[in-house]
Amino acid sequence: MRDEMRSSAIGISLLLAFGVWGAASATPHHLQFTDHAPSAMPPGDAARGADVYEGSCGGCHSLDANRIGPAHRGVVGRKAGTAPDFSYSPALRVSGVEWTPTNLDKWLTDPQGFVKGARMGFRLADAQRRADVIAYLAAEGGKKANSE
Amino acid sequence: MNGETIATRRSALRLGGVGLLSAGAVAVLGGCHTAMAAPQKTMAAGQSVNSGDVDILNVALGLEHEAIEAYQIGAESGLLQKPVLDVAVLFQGHHKGHRDALMSTIKMLGGVAVMPKMRDDYVKALNVAAIKSQMDILKLAQKLERGAANAYIGVIPSFKDTALAQVSARLAADETMHWTALTQALGEALPTGALTFGA
Repeated sequence: MRDEMRSSAIGISLLLAFGVWGAASATPHHLQFTDHAPSAMPPGDAARGADVYEGSCGGCHSLDANRIGPAHRGVVGRKAGTAPDFSYSPALRVSGVEWTPTNLDKWLTDPQGFVKGARMGFRLADAQRRADVIAYLAAEGGKKANSE
Repeated sequence: MNGETIATRRSALRLGGVGLLSAGAVAVLGGCHTAMAAPQKTMAAGQSVNSGDVDILNVALGLEHEAIEAYQIGAESGLLQKPVLDVAVLFQGHHKGHRDALMSTIKMLGGVAVMPKMRDDYVKALNVAAIKSQMDILKLAQKLERGAANAYIGVIPSFKDTALAQVSARLAADETMHWTALTQALGEALPTGALTFGA
């Protein structure tokens, strides 16, 4: 609840800072993602993020295989909906979102709130854990696939 | 639940027509399958089943399909010995129960349930080639069950229907039970701290 209130407060602040979001902006109408999550992230720790990834993301995701969700290696910096051979929701495919650390933070905060029509509902509530897992994904992005 | 998911879709979702209220869905997930045949309540015209909830249930169903296949691969590997094999089959049965309940609920809500992938897809995705022992199978199962428990907890705040959120908690409890048994079978210590799951 406190996080939600803080998110809302920050979201309102952003709205005030940038004017009415979306009005007369360059954002095409069909891009249904919403800028309402915290923008200030704590520094992430990739080593801690490895455990967060296995425990919280590992039910559906792997770095190098499409499972219930798409493979994640290289996701940081990738355009949403473009992992090879994965069948995405139309909403995510046309979202226009680039997976910057900030956008990943927003996604993990509330995916269906960030991209309307997204299928993923999983939320990682803790900001530090989000930062850690994003740091892990960024660190793994440059490594070769694990073929064990 | 983690995952932009799977192939099939919500294109067939009935939005805005006559749908079933969550009481029926929860009855199915609670094991009362007669609720499917005789739903107790219907939505008034103009109300809609939340498509986001159906999407989340379908992601969960994909996870259950994978779990069932993982235990099947383990059972057929010849690496599991009694009584571990019996426990694996028991847990697979739980996942089949989850699958059946989720499929019924998705259909009841007007959605289209995702189907399992091909065996080869699971073999590749789960890196089955690396499994050489009973311990390897237990470690894989432990990892999947931990992820599943956290996935079910992590989707709770996203459900628009709070009854489905409660069901998600029940599913998480089953997965946590599996994780605990597997952790003890592996001879690993249980967490010393509280609130291990769902952080």
